[in-house]
Amino acid sequence: MTESVFFWIFAVLTVLLAAQVVLRRNPVHAAVSLVGAFFFLSGIYLLLAAQLIAILQVMVYAGAVMVLFVFVIMLLNLKEEEMGHERLTAWKIIGGASIVVTTGLIAYLALGNAYPTGLLRDMARTQPGFGSVKGVGQALYIASVLPFEVTSLLLTIAVVGAVVVAKGKI
Amino acid sequence: MVGPVHYLVLAAILFALGAAGVVIRRNAIIVLMSIEIMLNAVNLSFLAFSRFPLVPVAPMQAGIYAGQVAVFFVIAVAAAEAAVGLAIVIAVFRSRTSVHVDEFDTLKL
Repeated sequence: MTESVFFWIFAVLTVLLAAQVVLRRNPVHAAVSLVGAFFFLSGIYLLLAAQLIAILQVMVYAGAVMVLFVFVIMLLNLKEEEMGHERLTAWKIIGGASIVVTTGLIAYLALGNAYPTGLLRDMARTQPGFGSVKGVGQALYIASVLPFEVTSLLLTIAVVGAVVVAKGKI
Repeated sequence: MVGPVHYLVLAAILFALGAAGVVIRRNAIIVLMSIEIMLNAVNLSFLAFSRFPLVPVAPMQAGIYAGQVAVFFVIAVAAAEAAVGLAIVIAVFRSRTSVHVDEFDTLKL
């Protein structure tokens, strides 16, 4: 019951804010909407019993990545004519609503019978402490320690590559 | 009662919104933001399948967290992608003073 209430609140807010990202002309408005969308999406992750991932979502996405986006928007300092003027026409609302309704309907028709009726394996109920930092951390360090270490290499390469690319002219 | 299909439909809607943003927007920064929305939609479906597995899984083994570990790596790769993508946007903006993706034709002969 509580899960249903929170799911609908978080889902509606996430979809509305994600639609704002796509429909807003001003990149700053889009970035702020995206922060909100990521935040409510982390609430959905909590409902899915993924506590560690929910914390990482807020820290990495809503924190670090979005600060990067906002910094780049500030550095580029887009003029008013670059952005165009803000307008929320009826066509935008119709277009956004049609994307949401059509995709939702198609996905529901395709996936509605994917799970066998009556037999639902809910790990959050059957597995005590599912999604805790301890469990996911052990899975990360026992089963996939090599990919985890390669991730640090990837991030180092990405930072060096970002500096090299941003210094040159393309 | 909210079941796994609710989460999967929400993931599909978010993915469609992100894909629409990539297609209809000209601003490269907004295109990158839409890619982040699509990656998050995929993360959401990973987590939904992690909590509601389709096949039986033995308890107390590392495999029950395969979905969440995958999400962890997706987050790391998305952070790297955002850093490199925004660096490319800055580099292109320096020579063209524009961030419109239809003017990114540097590779054209």
